Amino acid sequence: MDAILLQILNGLDKGSAYALIALGLTLIFGTLGVVNFAHGALFMIGAFCSVTLQKILTISTISIDETQKDFLGRPLEVKTPIMENWFGPEIGGLIIDWSVPLAILFAIPVMLVIGYVMERGLIKHFYKRPHADQILVTFGLAIVLQEVIKYFYGANPIPTPAPDAFRGSFDFGALLGLDTALAYPYWRLVYFAFSAVIIGAVFAFLQFTTFGMVVRAGMADRETVGLLGIDIDRRFTIMFGIAAAVAGLAGVMYAPINSPNYHMGMDFLVLSFVVVVVGGMGSLPGAVLAGFMLGILESFASMNEIKAILPGIDQIIIYVVAIIILLTRPRGLMGRKGVMEE
Amino acid sequence: MSFSKLTRRGLIKTSAVAGAGLALPTYLRADAHSGFTNAPTGDTVTFGFNVPQTGPYAEEGLDELRAQELAVQHLNGEGDGGMMNTFSSKALKGNGIMGKKVTFVTGDTQTKSDAARASAKAMIEKDGAIMINGGSSSGVAVAVQGLCQEAGVIFMAGLTHSNDTTGKDKKANGFRHFFNAYMSGAALAPVLAKEYGKDRRAYHLTADYTWGWTQQESMAAATEAMGWETVNNVLTPLASTDFSSYIAPVLNSGADVLVLNHYGGNMVNSLTNAVQFDLLNKEVNGKKFEIVVPLYSELMAAGAGKNVQGVIGSMNWNWQLQDEGSKAFTKSFGEKYGRPPSNSAHTCYVQTLLYADAVERAGSFNPCAVAEALEDFDFDGMGNGPTTYRGADHQCFKDVLVMKGTENPSNEYDTLEIVEVTPRAQVEYEPDHPMFAGGDLGECNPGA
Repeated sequence: MDAILLQILNGLDKGSAYALIALGLTLIFGTLGVVNFAHGALFMIGAFCSVTLQKILTISTISIDETQKDFLGRPLEVKTPIMENWFGPEIGGLIIDWSVPLAILFAIPVMLVIGYVMERGLIKHFYKRPHADQILVTFGLAIVLQEVIKYFYGANPIPTPAPDAFRGSFDFGALLGLDTALAYPYWRLVYFAFSAVIIGAVFAFLQFTTFGMVVRAGMADRETVGLLGIDIDRRFTIMFGIAAAVAGLAGVMYAPINSPNYHMGMDFLVLSFVVVVVGGMGSLPGAVLAGFMLGILESFASMNEIKAILPGIDQIIIYVVAIIILLTRPRGLMGRKGVMEE
Repeated sequence: MSFSKLTRRGLIKTSAVAGAGLALPTYLRADAHSGFTNAPTGDTVTFGFNVPQTGPYAEEGLDELRAQELAVQHLNGEGDGGMMNTFSSKALKGNGIMGKKVTFVTGDTQTKSDAARASAKAMIEKDGAIMINGGSSSGVAVAVQGLCQEAGVIFMAGLTHSNDTTGKDKKANGFRHFFNAYMSGAALAPVLAKEYGKDRRAYHLTADYTWGWTQQESMAAATEAMGWETVNNVLTPLASTDFSSYIAPVLNSGADVLVLNHYGGNMVNSLTNAVQFDLLNKEVNGKKFEIVVPLYSELMAAGAGKNVQGVIGSMNWNWQLQDEGSKAFTKSFGEKYGRPPSNSAHTCYVQTLLYADAVERAGSFNPCAVAEALEDFDFDGMGNGPTTYRGADHQCFKDVLVMKGTENPSNEYDTLEIVEVTPRAQVEYEPDHPMFAGGDLGECNPGA
């Protein structure tokens, strides 16, 4: 029982990342009809927003300490972060410690601008082109973005820790009165809660604002909305920026879970596309549902008991489930008729 | 001469023969007169440095390349000479190799066996490389070693730690200076028993490929011999990025030690995940829970950040060593690149010098003569104490370092500290040891 609970918890944070990326992918596909293979790169850039803010906050003044030596035997250069010079070691240290949550504020404008520039500068030229062209150009863009990040940050993973307040894990076993330990890292709980808030905010934005209502109307019937004199293209461009920001925020908060590296976006990209297809192309609730479902299933497949019966199942479970669902429900779990169908 | 007899059929036949001739690999046609592949004919000799320049180990590859470039400079008499000044053999004079200036070409392994073979093949066939050096994966090393054996050039392996490289996959044309998984286990087990006690229960997470398997087998054998019990061994896919679902069950398994048989990005992520689950602050079976990372690298330790603090592992070499060779290399490298060298940089540098030295001693670039000069060669002054290149399997035997993540780092390079220099005698084994069984060195292939 506790093993099952543990894997559900594990699946929730993995599912959160899948759901957030798939949500952005679906938003772009549902509004602009573009299959965006650069979406994983946006997730990666979000994680590097955390890295960048951490680097900015740790810009240091250098003083020479004659009593200590560096690796070549020269007097050691001691670095003191400017933040600590300005605000004192305690407050300065606290600001640096909280660099990942603070990066949310940094990432939102950055990702909106990147999304806007990406859409206006490149992707809008491919609206009327076949999906294969869109996939090629966005995949190429993803590789370019990856290489740009590698050029500036190197190929090694960069540790980006969560605030000290969230180090350690919460014991659900004690909470539920179980005899066994059911530890779960605090930061992963934060990530799950954060994802739920972002997903809720996106749905609320689309459901309860005039802007969202127009976007939903445009998704259902673009031409009619255009005939009403509404500039739907501009709204869709903004939605592209919002989708980029959602992927970016997913990356920002994921940075402490696994140290960011330049190819982390690719690790999520293919799985997120499977999530979108399983959820149903163009269906926002479908993307979220499939994200969590596949995340939890992937966790279950990693259980030793399951792997003992079906070796290697943890590597293919998502694809097996995708095949089964597409065979039984060709439009995915919550797909609409007419989407990507001639 | 007249073209009147040139028929269409004749033209096709001639073209086919000429095409086939041109398509033949260089090493099967050129320099056949000299009796070996890519025999240098001019006043230069070319090395092929095959390292990951893209992909997840690109940073490691870049550091290898830095060291290889430094070695070439030293061989050609540029710079301060580095370890050539401390090397016990005095065959190298700083005037190239046998009077020929050393040049090099580079290839990108991408840490993929097929890409690594393709880049090595291109360097041998197109650029005339006489020796291939580098790499940071055992899968790649085994693949490139096989290619070099077929092509008739010497392969001086870079970072490869699987027992198989000089075990079941050993080749007469391949040589490994780096230590191996067995040696890690033999060096680590006594230290682990001393630090954590002999009554421990270990849970292994193991990367599912050749290196992971041999590392796990070696660690389990060495720790069990000390009295530890292996509770479980879970194979994790090499492509895994999140290990939480593998780590979560550890606490309820009855284990009080987690052994992460992971390297590179796998190691960074699995260790980070394990620390997130707060394993290091748990108490199981009345003992503090511990994590062990059998194979460390400075670059990966930097990637894991604070998470390595207090975690024990092993290394082939470290820049903090205070012998004359290590100091000379660290000084050369540090002054040129502004950072201390990694242990993968060190092994590539040493391998390049060892090859050059063997050519000088053999008086020939013929790979079989070079191999003979390397076999059972005893040397010192290269940072690892007295070392032997064993002829039976082409494995170097030398001291091994047991490392621990620095608790209070004083600067960005202060990530690991030396716990113990395990003497060579403690990590030696017989060539027919069961963990290395199944392979055959075969005959040296000079190619051509």
